[in-house]
Amino acid sequence: MSTTTTTTTRPSGQAARPGPNRSARPARFRFKGLGLGVYSFLALAFLLIPIVYTFIYSFNDALKNNIAWRGFTFRNWTNVCDAAGICDAFMASIIIGIIATVVATVLGTMIAIALMRYRFRFRSQTSLLLFLPMASPEVVLGAGLAAQFLSLGVNKGFGTIIIAHVMFCISFVVVTVKARVASLDPALEEAGRDLYGSPVAVFWRITFPLLLPGILSAALLSFSLSFDDFIITNFNAGAVTTFPMYIYIAASRGIPAQANVIASAVFIITILVVLITQLTAAARAKRLAKNVG
Amino acid sequence: MALAAFSTAAPPTQDQEPAQRRRSGIALVLLLPGVLYLVLFFLTPLVSLIITSFQTPVVDGDIGQYQAAFQWQNYTDAIAEYWPQIIRSFVYAIIATAAALVISYPLAYFIGVKVRKYPLVQNLLMTLVIAPFFISFLLRTLAWKQLLSDDSWFTSSLKALSILPPDAHVTGTAFSVIFGLTYNFIPFMTLPLYSTLERLDVRYLEAGSDLYASAWTTFRKITIPLSMPGIVSGTLLTFIPAAGDYINASQDFLGGADTSMIGNVIETNFLVLQNYPTAAAMSVVLMAVILVIVGVYVKRSGTEDLL
Amino acid sequence: MARGAFAESGADLQLVGIKKRFPGFTAIENLDLTIPAGSFFALLGPSGCGKTTTLRLVAGLEEPTEGQIIIGGKDVTKTKPFQRPVNTVFQSYALFPHMTILENVAFGLRRRKIGDPVAKAHEALRLVELDHLAARRPAQLSGGQQQRVALARAVVNRPALLLLDEPLGALDLKLRRQMQLELKSIQTEVGLTFVHVTHDQEEAMTMADTVAVMNKGEIEQMGAPAVLYELPATVFVANFLGQSNLFVGPILDGGGDVLGVDVAGQRIQVPRSRAQRHTGNVTVGVRPEKLTLHPDPSGIPSGANLLGPGRVIDVSFSGVSTQYLVDVPGAGTIVVFAQNLSSGPVASLGGEVWIAWDPSHTFVLADEPPADGRFADDSDTQMIATQAKERMLTELEEA
Repeated sequence: MSTTTTTTTRPSGQAARPGPNRSARPARFRFKGLGLGVYSFLALAFLLIPIVYTFIYSFNDALKNNIAWRGFTFRNWTNVCDAAGICDAFMASIIIGIIATVVATVLGTMIAIALMRYRFRFRSQTSLLLFLPMASPEVVLGAGLAAQFLSLGVNKGFGTIIIAHVMFCISFVVVTVKARVASLDPALEEAGRDLYGSPVAVFWRITFPLLLPGILSAALLSFSLSFDDFIITNFNAGAVTTFPMYIYIAASRGIPAQANVIASAVFIITILVVLITQLTAAARAKRLAKNVG
Repeated sequence: MALAAFSTAAPPTQDQEPAQRRRSGIALVLLLPGVLYLVLFFLTPLVSLIITSFQTPVVDGDIGQYQAAFQWQNYTDAIAEYWPQIIRSFVYAIIATAAALVISYPLAYFIGVKVRKYPLVQNLLMTLVIAPFFISFLLRTLAWKQLLSDDSWFTSSLKALSILPPDAHVTGTAFSVIFGLTYNFIPFMTLPLYSTLERLDVRYLEAGSDLYASAWTTFRKITIPLSMPGIVSGTLLTFIPAAGDYINASQDFLGGADTSMIGNVIETNFLVLQNYPTAAAMSVVLMAVILVIVGVYVKRSGTEDLL
Repeated sequence: MARGAFAESGADLQLVGIKKRFPGFTAIENLDLTIPAGSFFALLGPSGCGKTTTLRLVAGLEEPTEGQIIIGGKDVTKTKPFQRPVNTVFQSYALFPHMTILENVAFGLRRRKIGDPVAKAHEALRLVELDHLAARRPAQLSGGQQQRVALARAVVNRPALLLLDEPLGALDLKLRRQMQLELKSIQTEVGLTFVHVTHDQEEAMTMADTVAVMNKGEIEQMGAPAVLYELPATVFVANFLGQSNLFVGPILDGGGDVLGVDVAGQRIQVPRSRAQRHTGNVTVGVRPEKLTLHPDPSGIPSGANLLGPGRVIDVSFSGVSTQYLVDVPGAGTIVVFAQNLSSGPVASLGGEVWIAWDPSHTFVLADEPPADGRFADDSDTQMIATQAKERMLTELEEA
């Protein structure tokens, strides 16, 4: 039987080992890895192009619109609020984001814990109900809420925006926290109960501290979704203008460079937060591993 | 699923055995607030939409005033008028989803399988993948509008190389809309793919090789079937929002005169024309198609993997 | 459970009529068990037999579908885990990763508001010789050290009952032996009642005062390790604890202190006191290490049980002993362990041998023998391979 199609070779004299055989990867696999690596680099670069563009154009010495490059300046960064209404819109987005994040994170975390640890009827229906907001087009969600507020005679404004944001953030919080709960050994909570912990004590001293990284991830995700949301917000904002709405309205006549400044600043801060979290976690893990024994 | 990759925790281990889950009243207390919230502000609005879609204008009333009715003709009228947009939305969405899948899969494979030795690098690379989320969606799309505009170096070079005729546009075409959709949904496709591929046991691939499969056969018969849950999640999470998107297709962004999608129709009718019944009817149509797709999926694979 | 008070010593544990059903299967059919205070008790059985479920029921982590759990005379069936004077050493240790091991050990004391928890935690860590690592996190300890911390965390609370769920499973052989001795000495020193769940029969026999063998949700036999080993009551116990040679045959004569059973045409003697059944078709057995091999019947002392002639079909040297497989027509394949008193095997492959043993080592089991009079072939891989080889050789000879 021809064996020319096999792509693994075993060094002579070495018995087959269980597990990935890393050191003896033949040339073809290594080349494929390189090809994939180059591709991934290009793909990631492609993903980052608009970000870089936005960042660069935040330094454009622009007049009305920010399309043609006129010169490099720091002016936009130092006078961010010069563009009329932009800082109000930004603050609105921040406030809405914080409130919506807190509410969605609390509600979503409770659901995630219930899903993972407890049996209850209507389990699949609940999962479906949580999945649908993530899967529904924003247009439908926005129009639906707006129609409901309309029929109830509720005035659209801050309140309705926050209600809308919490609604679509809950599902994402559940997914993120659920992943973290899944990695939590249930024996830990059992040990807590075995060691005379009341249900409240077990939650605060064991479950919550161990869930915290997941909860914080979920909160960060929720805030990002809320801050950047346009479609649902647009349908339910009434007289309030959030930052994305500001951009949309300005799109037709020309977006001031300060919008690029704010967006870039938010991007940098968020990325830094995420990177620092990951790097410190990795450093701590490394330090712990070194001290074993 | 999708956003498991977002958390900074270790990759999730198996779900708790159903027998080990406790039956308790606490579950209800934990669930009730959130579930009630969603029933109030997700389900009820959908019902509102359905009700609104059957309404008729108030005779002699102002624009935007409607009364309860059962005018199912709203649906037939809307579909008759807007069927090009309906078809167009699904065509664009399918192409964008397929493109996103083709682009994302190798990327997810590289990060999830090839870089497994370095978990820190994996996390950093995935952070780069979701980095676009952190900058405004509108600005991202506008950036592409500028980068693909008539006087950008990209378009100019294409014209100089005679790939494009001198008076052609890149923006405002179906191509730019699909391009924008694909770009914006690549992270949605990559995350679930990564999640699944990250947990792929490489030894299956090695067993394939050991049993005389070429690299391509191994990929086709082992890797793809094993990563199917991720492919399905990613497809659902991409196709559905893409079908309903209207920013990319909007004329202020990457769209043109004849690229409008269902989303644009709904937006225009709702916010500009105040023609609520038509907007609602179109929303219901869109939602119904999506529910059918999700229903097919749930029937095949159940609800446990949804979240 | 009175707050602030330690148990003075271990307590009795009584399980009465316990039944535990899960959706889809029944883990425990019917369990009645009494464990005296202060003893080291082992619950032994294969995976899925219900031993871990029993432990969790005693700890309060599961509720029985039916039945009562009584600790020290008090019915605790309806109480929650944190109300019971019971602590568990979990199979995965379940050390809290976000606390130092000192805080881990002090956890139970703090919950019960015991005075001076830190000092007592240090004392417990000294008991397991880990006090010098008190400030470390569990992730910084080796498997054996984590296991000792888990033990200290449970013992520090001086519970009336200490439950151990296969705590030594993840340790390598040498460490496991060491920990077995340590656990035993700690139990004697502190005087608590230990209930140790394991599937390792050697571990159970080494450490426990009393062993209960569990199978499919019920206890098959309970008693001192030596008694269980030398006088198993059922086929399951005979095969689970060590190895047994089992034969089926009718009882020939039943009068007097000694019964006779017909095995492959030979009369096998069994003391009446070692027989669970006295009439009809029975399963009779003897342990492999009690058997001796003889090249001819003349050297065999009179009064010994005798089977043969048979042919040696496999010889396996394993250092301390040599295992022989002998095929005796009518009796099947017999396993013989011979201690390697002299170098070199007693019998060679293919040779003809007779097997003899002292009748007082024979036992008759309580089970109804299988209707076709033969046991299903042993599922041990070596046995299967050897028997297959035998069949092929016979076919070749006949061809």
